[in-house]
Amino acid sequence: MNASEPSNPPPNEAVNIMKDNLPARHAVGKVWNVVFLLSTVFGIVILLILLGDISNKAFGYVAIEAKVQPTTLTASGTPLEQLSKDQMIVILEENLSKNRVKTLIKEEPLEERSKDDLLSIVVAEVVKPKVKKSWPLSESLFNKEAVLAEAAKTYPKAYVEFRNWLSRDFISSPQSSDALYAGVRTAILGSLDVIFLTILFAFPIGIGASIYLQEYAHDNWINRIIQTNINNLAGVPSIIYGMLGLTIFVRVIASLTSGYMFGYPNSDPNNGRTILSAGLTMALLVLPVIIINAQEAIKAVPNSLREASYGIGATKWQTVWSHVLPNSIPGILTGTILSVSRAFGETAPLVIVGAATYITFDPNSIFSKFTTLPIQVYQWTSRPQDEFRNIAAAAILVLLIVLLALNTIAILLRNRYSRRLP
Amino acid sequence: MASYSDTISGSDAPAQEIAINLRRQPRLGETVIQGFLFFCGAVSIFTTIGIVVILFEESWRFFGSPDVSLIEFFTNTTWQPKLLEFGILPLLNSTLMTTLFAMLIAVPLGLAVAIYLSEYATEAARKMIKPTLEILAGIPTVVYGYFALTWMTPLLRDIFGKNTVDIYNTASAGLVMGILLLPLIATMSEDALHAVPRSLREAAYGLGATKLETAVKVVLPAATSGIAAAIILAVSRAVGETMIVAVAAGAGPNMTFNPFKAAETITGHIVRISGGDLSYDSIDYNSLFALALVLFFLTLILNLISERIVKAFREEYE
Amino acid sequence: MNISLNIPSAAAMTSTASNGKYAVETNNLSIYYGKFRAVKEVSMKIERQKITALIGPSGCGKSTVLRAFNRMNDLIPISHSEGEVLFHGQNINSPDVDPVQVRRHIGMVFQKPNPFPKSIYENIAWGARINGFKGGKGDMDVLVEESLVGAALWDEVKDKLQQSGLGLSGGQQQRLCIARAIAVKPDIILMDEPCSALDPIATLRIEELMRELIQNYTIIIVTHNMQQAARVSDYTGFFTIDENRAGFLMEFGSTNHIFTNPNEKVTEDYITGRFG
Repeated sequence: MNASEPSNPPPNEAVNIMKDNLPARHAVGKVWNVVFLLSTVFGIVILLILLGDISNKAFGYVAIEAKVQPTTLTASGTPLEQLSKDQMIVILEENLSKNRVKTLIKEEPLEERSKDDLLSIVVAEVVKPKVKKSWPLSESLFNKEAVLAEAAKTYPKAYVEFRNWLSRDFISSPQSSDALYAGVRTAILGSLDVIFLTILFAFPIGIGASIYLQEYAHDNWINRIIQTNINNLAGVPSIIYGMLGLTIFVRVIASLTSGYMFGYPNSDPNNGRTILSAGLTMALLVLPVIIINAQEAIKAVPNSLREASYGIGATKWQTVWSHVLPNSIPGILTGTILSVSRAFGETAPLVIVGAATYITFDPNSIFSKFTTLPIQVYQWTSRPQDEFRNIAAAAILVLLIVLLALNTIAILLRNRYSRRLP
Repeated sequence: MASYSDTISGSDAPAQEIAINLRRQPRLGETVIQGFLFFCGAVSIFTTIGIVVILFEESWRFFGSPDVSLIEFFTNTTWQPKLLEFGILPLLNSTLMTTLFAMLIAVPLGLAVAIYLSEYATEAARKMIKPTLEILAGIPTVVYGYFALTWMTPLLRDIFGKNTVDIYNTASAGLVMGILLLPLIATMSEDALHAVPRSLREAAYGLGATKLETAVKVVLPAATSGIAAAIILAVSRAVGETMIVAVAAGAGPNMTFNPFKAAETITGHIVRISGGDLSYDSIDYNSLFALALVLFFLTLILNLISERIVKAFREEYE
Repeated sequence: MNISLNIPSAAAMTSTASNGKYAVETNNLSIYYGKFRAVKEVSMKIERQKITALIGPSGCGKSTVLRAFNRMNDLIPISHSEGEVLFHGQNINSPDVDPVQVRRHIGMVFQKPNPFPKSIYENIAWGARINGFKGGKGDMDVLVEESLVGAALWDEVKDKLQQSGLGLSGGQQQRLCIARAIAVKPDIILMDEPCSALDPIATLRIEELMRELIQNYTIIIVTHNMQQAARVSDYTGFFTIDENRAGFLMEFGSTNHIFTNPNEKVTEDYITGRFG
């Protein structure tokens, strides 16, 4: 063997090697720290942009051109708001066709109508305003002069006013093909009706299934299949539930869902595109999620409680009804409300099940045709005209507010519940 | 005086023998209730059977028609029912493109958020980030569709030019879909990172690793399967997503690899055709079910793979 | 396997439990979890209105045997048993016996106090009601009071019957559980390490209570605490495990005998603390 040289570098050198790249590693670490932080901030920023963008389109200046200038309607050129009822009746009689006047009188004699009512008819049918262009809120607030200048140049015959697309009228008016008068009332009522039916069907069956799976089911192949099946159903795209609903509820049992079987007027025994079908379809959609959530809540009830109940000679149902359920209801409710709020925003399955594209009357029974708020948003967004973007934005704000309310209730319930049990 | 419906013994005279009936009694109420509860559980089976039967039946009718062939369905690059051309490729291609763009946003950003939440974030930061993620996940997809059409598309058109980017395009829909799916990847990945035992991290720190190195070279690889499951699940959601693409991606099948052009996805097509006038039992109608069947299988397989991976991952660490 | 039975009186032993002397007996009782035999062929006779303690090292099946007396092992799906548990002339392990009925007559107090999340009054009233209590509110008030008196808890809670049972201290909660059990007037009260979650003073109170309760009930108690068994019980059964990890009854006799002059060496080793 040769005289060996030390195979390790002398200690000082080794320490030097390791010390040298440490600052570089720390620097890299700091950079990535920032990258991760920025990615997280991205989420917050994008959310704010989204909310901002929608709010931006829900308010702003509009340039409205009237077919007939309001001031030309009276000899004196008085603004419409200051006219008396008689003057407005005269205007109507002068400018509308005889048939139209007759129809109006048949609905309600002109003298008995309120001033506001007459005014709105005058505006809608005589003045016939049309939106030429609308500007977003940001421009309306910060670029006011440019907006007004553009309006004056491009639409000289139009008048410019600031418009709240999300107004009380918007919420209380029914659908209309004119963006200025369209409202979400029909859609909101339709949504509420559908959701009510959804809960009516899905809640008891969902709770029943979760009680069965957690308290009654033995570990055999049938029950394992049921559980796996539910887990898989939760991941099936909602559009497929729509097709299921279309085939079974709208077509196969059409005579039931259309109301024909019950003698509902104007029902078509082959066409069940009603609120009932929609409710049943959505119930199937939310059922798996309700079951899974309820199962978690039931699992959380401590076993010692069940043992105490059985130990004293209670039957299984007595134990479930008097102990397991009361102590898991808050968790079950929270899960249900969250599922329901997701269902409220669903669009695709209801389009397939046949939400109506245009209805102006309020739904008055489960056999009515219907539309829902998300579908309304979808339809308005699909229209090319500017102003439909505006009312779509306003409708989205209504939708988000409802969802916010539902989710807040669920969160409050969750917080109250986690304080109650020991 | 307190009394019970059957006799009691043991309270006074010890040696007294009173008959007690311990035999099973029929409890009708219990049986009925148990039957009802089982029925509730079975509803889910009916649902699945319903879905499978319907999709298969109508698809059978579709493929049974002389104008349609299975091979053509999977190889033709045109989908024009009016011309009796039924090739799924343009629709499938568009679905895959939107999914790809969605993953481009959701995976890196979702992972970054997960790493930040799991390894770096303070309690205060988590309190702000978690709700934001929940809100992002809870916004209805039709709202995202609106956002894609009215904000993302104009932005892309500003950046790349109005001539390059159409008003309806798959990139815009895909990117916004990524925002929708970001919370899913972030929360599932964070769970996976969280499940990695502390001892692994401490081993790395003990050797002198920086936080970044520990997070990326030690914890992240250990959580790979959990993260893979998250990504697969997100892909499944992206494939099945309807409203964002229906609003922003385009109306009309188009076989193109250019993400700035309009191209309808499978889901967008189904929703557009069903929303219009549809005569039942026409070949157009049946074709929708064939499309839905493909969709069902794709998402089912992806979901099952994801579930399997999660189960294996959990067994590893529990 | 040796079983030593040392019973003070010379009363003849018969194997039918309809003899008033024994509240319950087991006959070659074996309990399985799936394929694993956790308890092997236990035969013992529990004398009425006495306290019988089951002692032994961890994992030797004492709790499992205790739970066999009121069919609580049924709650574990893979558990099944062989052999007999004779109560009032019937084998309660037989398939035509209703476990719900058995538990009405054989009550249980658990290791960790588990009152219902209801009021103190309701805790007691609920069990009575589901077991067919026939009486008005006045009668129920009497029953609640009797039960709380019998559990030595009445004085402490008589003014707050409507408050939640969970608001009581650990020892009080356990006495509430005892009151709940005696409200349905069982024959036997099973106690599964009832004091292991309690402080020494609460423990002592419960031990005193147990000596009062046997005026009306038979008590079988599982305990890890040998001193407790020696203090409180009349008879003791010592369990241990064999080479297959199955628990079995090594020795059974009067407490006095077991603790001063046990027959088996293993018993003596355990008692003197050499293992367990």
